Order: sequence, then structure tokens, then C-alpha cells
Amino acid sequence: MKKHITISDVEHVAWLAHIELTEEEKEVFAEQFNRILDFFKKIDEVDTSNVPPTYHVLDLVNVFRKDEVGEPLPKDSVLMNAPKKEDGFFKSPRII
Amino acid sequence: MSSRLFELSAADAVEKIKSQEITAEDYINSIIERISRVEGKINAFITLDIKRAVERAREIDKKISRGEVVGRLASIAIAVKDNICTLGIRTTCASRMLENFIPPYDATVIERIKREDAIIIGKTNMDEFAMGSTTETSYFGPTRNPWDLSKVPGGSSGGSAAAIISGEATLALGSDTGGSVRCPASYCSVIGLKPTYGLVSRYGLIAYANSLEQIGPLAKSTIDCALLLSIIGGYDPKDSTSVNTPLNNYFNAFTDDLRGLKIGLPKEFFGEGVEDAVKRHVWSAIYLLEDLGATYEEISLPSLEYALAAYYIIAMSEASSNLARYDGLRYGYRVECNDADWAKIYARNRRIGFGSEVKRRIMLGTYALSAGYYEQYYLKALKIRTIVRRDFELALKKFDALIGPTMPTPPFNIGEKIQDPLTLYMCDILTVPANLTGYPAISIPCGFEGKLPIGLQAISKPFDEGTLLKISFALENNTDFIKRRPAL
Repeated sequence: MKKHITISDVEHVAWLAHIELTEEEKEVFAEQFNRILDFFKKIDEVDTSNVPPTYHVLDLVNVFRKDEVGEPLPKDSVLMNAPKKEDGFFKSPRII
Repeated sequence: MSSRLFELSAADAVEKIKSQEITAEDYINSIIERISRVEGKINAFITLDIKRAVERAREIDKKISRGEVVGRLASIAIAVKDNICTLGIRTTCASRMLENFIPPYDATVIERIKREDAIIIGKTNMDEFAMGSTTETSYFGPTRNPWDLSKVPGGSSGGSAAAIISGEATLALGSDTGGSVRCPASYCSVIGLKPTYGLVSRYGLIAYANSLEQIGPLAKSTIDCALLLSIIGGYDPKDSTSVNTPLNNYFNAFTDDLRGLKIGLPKEFFGEGVEDAVKRHVWSAIYLLEDLGATYEEISLPSLEYALAAYYIIAMSEASSNLARYDGLRYGYRVECNDADWAKIYARNRRIGFGSEVKRRIMLGTYALSAGYYEQYYLKALKIRTIVRRDFELALKKFDALIGPTMPTPPFNIGEKIQDPLTLYMCDILTVPANLTGYPAISIPCGFEGKLPIGLQAISKPFDEGTLLKISFALENNTDFIKRRPAL
């Protein structure tokens, strides 16, 4: 395990998370991430062998409902908040 | 006619309005007049809905005069945290990303309070996407603490707590992911309850960390808190984590007789970092509960030491996944840029749309979930969660409630901690265990240090909100803290 988060680590995580960062932000985040991750390492002290993880506090496994068609939102409502739309569709930036 | 109708409790106001002792319109006008007088100092609201509020009050008055039945919250002004979707009313999450977002549907809790004739007076300020403990990370500027305008009101539901203690609303809804209802309740001297995970539907709550959060009531009396909880609680098929169990009758809980109530005091709740003044006020309340017949015993829950780190790893991991949906395509902030491709525009929307705390949590969560670190951080944190839960289960077999302070310090200055994220995270040390375990918890006013409020936290067994309300009622009935109001 690497000891130190570098600027290029921050750039990699920002790329994974699709967040553009300024050069100044990269430096600030690198410094803060090191301190926060140091604090997170506290959990290393605990022996968790044979302890199962708790993803969820409820003992739910699968929750099913009947496969029935409900009343959908009207198209106008669905498109109401779209920054760009055209002919009843969301308008996306160029993908390829 | 008293011009201070805004001071009435919800239970009293509903009774007076139903019996036509006062009109809904006079009551709502008193609230509106109060807002116009104090909101400039507090900044509790992001959006107000005054015009519709008056129309609704008039409709309710007409219904009553025609002899029609009205709901249990008839015309009560409710302040709703701005991460709960309200049909036709802008819902921003205090973020530039959602600055202009108008939900096309109501959250389940909103449907339920509307069914009882409540009036949504406005949407309250909060930390951006509920990520914070001070309401300072809002895109719309900080909310100020009504008890001392230089202090933070707590967060992330800071606007909701500040609005009701200032008389700008009678009841409020908040959400609590790691203490976001209880912290501002403590800092503003109101009652704030985080229900058992699964008791209240999260449908229409804009997700931050969905395995941890619950919508909860904030109120100025225990009866009002119970009233709102009994209306928003209960099974909802639209939320697959909603639990199908009959709702308890909370109103049976109200008595001064606490004989038989067994309280556990985890020494970790009174440990290093908790200020002496805070401990002193909480102990006074414990002695009072003892005078009323409760017994207490000091215990130790060693796993609490690891709860905060585990909580932040899980919350950030879930946040990184939940907030991936903000692409600026179907809704949300979108840059004007025609020549760039999808990935560039997506990343730029998120740079401009999100504030720095949101970016920090998304990125740290992404890191904790990424290849090579998943087991070390995320999976390990989930195992710690199991250990904390086992500790709580065991302790609450023996005790009816665990008690300690809600916050380790009294409210601090605006700007004091915001530059240092880790210091700020430490504020949540006493509140996060209830979210990790899913157990219900309440913050109850228990004293003032100078003019600054102190809150007591009680945690009980799953679906035993009744015990929390019982403790709250006993403290309310035997002290004057919850009756005090800030000079504004």
C-alpha cells in the first residue's frame, strides 16, 4: 500500500469520478486526502477476520412488486428540467 | 387577536383552527409576518412559497366553515429541507447543480403531510447535498444560529432547525445521514428525531448515502414531534427499504413516571474531545431522569472508537455512486459548450455544479471503492459496522436507551472549522453510530452554556421511538429549556 497520495493519484480519481479540477484544487485535495486517509487507517487496528460485512441494516433480501404498468409521468414533466431538449428528446453532447 | 400566533405549537394551532377560535389565514399571516421580520438575519430558507400558503390557508378556513373534516396538520406551516422533492417547488439540495430543478412529483413524506392539510411554507437551507455539519457549504450562503448570529446553526438540516426556533415555521422536516437532524436540533434548541432505518419512506429524498439516511421531524414540543412522526412514518411500496410493520402509538408514552426505565451511559460518549460544559448539562438531565424514576449505569462500547472512520468511508462510497447521476443531461447544471465531447462536458458540469466538499466526498468515495483499495477501506468499514451493531444490540438488550451528548461542543463560530474538513468530520463523532446501526435516536434540549444551547442524545432499540419520546416528554415537562426562545 502506497504511503502518500500524489497529484497524479488525485488526477486519476478525478478522472474516474468525471470531475474536472483546477491545478490549485489538485494540490489542496492531495494534501487533504492524505490527512483524511490517515485518519481512516484507524480501522486497521480492528481484527475483522471472521466478521461479515453489513451492507445494509435491514434483513431484506429481495423485495418484489407485481409487474404492472403504472401511470407514467407526462412527457412534458419529464423533459421540464432538461437543459437541452429537441423534438421530445433529451439532447446529449456528442458521444462519439 | 394575538399577533404572536406563530408561537403556537402545532397541536395547539390545529385545535384552535379546527374549533374556529382562530382562522388558518390569521395563523399563516402571523408566520409570514415573522418571516419578513427575521429571515434577513437567519437565512433559513432557500425558497419561500408564501402566495400558495395564503391560498391554502383560505381553502382550509372555507372547508372548516362548511363543516368539512380537515387533516391532523390543518394549515400548519412546515419548513421542508431542500433535499426533499416537492411537486412544483424548486428543490436545490443547496447546490448550483440543482439551482433550477423543479421536481415533477412529491416525495412520499410530502404526499403524507399534504394529505393532513399541512402547508409547505418554504424549502430550507442545508449543507450542499447534506454533506456537512454547519450549513456553511450551501451554494446559497450560510444559515446563522438564531441564538447567536455569529455561530453556526449545525447541519446539515440547519435551515429547518433555525426556521422553527425563530418562529418562521411551526414544524420542520430534515434528513439525517450522520446526525443531520440531531446536530442542528442540538445547536438550535429544538427536538430532532432520526427514525429507525426503514420507518420513514425515502422516496423523493435526494440520495446522499442511502443505507444510512432517514427523513426525520424537528419540533418545539414532544407532542408535535410525535404528531409529525406518526404522519410521515409507515410502509411505502415506493421505497424497497421501507419496513412493513404497524406504526406504534407514540402518544401513550407521555408520562412523568420513568420508573423501570433503564439507561446505559457509554463512557465513550463522555470521552476526550467532549467539552466539560457539555458533559455538565447532560449529567444534570441524567440526574433529573433519575429523580423521575429511571436508573442508569455507566458502560463501555469499545467499537465506538472506530465508528466515525467507518461511517465516513461508507458515506463517501455511497455518495460517489449516488451522485454519479448528475450529468447535466436530464436535469442539473450544463455548461454552454458545443465543441467538446460528452466526457469533457460531463466533467466540467460537475466541476462548476458541485462545491468543494461534494467533490471531496465523491472523490474519496471513488478512491475507497477503486481497485486495490476496496477491501482495505470499504469492505473493512462494513465489517466494523457489523461490530458496532453487535455492541449496540448487546447493550440495548440490557438497557432501554443509551444516553450522552448530541454534540461534543456548543455551537462554534461561522468560518471557524470550514477550512479543515477533518476537524469538521470530528463533530459527528457522537451521532454517526445511530446511522451505522440503523437505530433510532433523538436530540433533546438539556441546557444552555451562556446563551448557547446544549442537546442530549438518546438512542433506543429499532422501532422503539416511543422510549425516545418518553424521555423527551419527561425532560420537556420538568425543565424550561425547550420553552426558551432566542431574542430576534
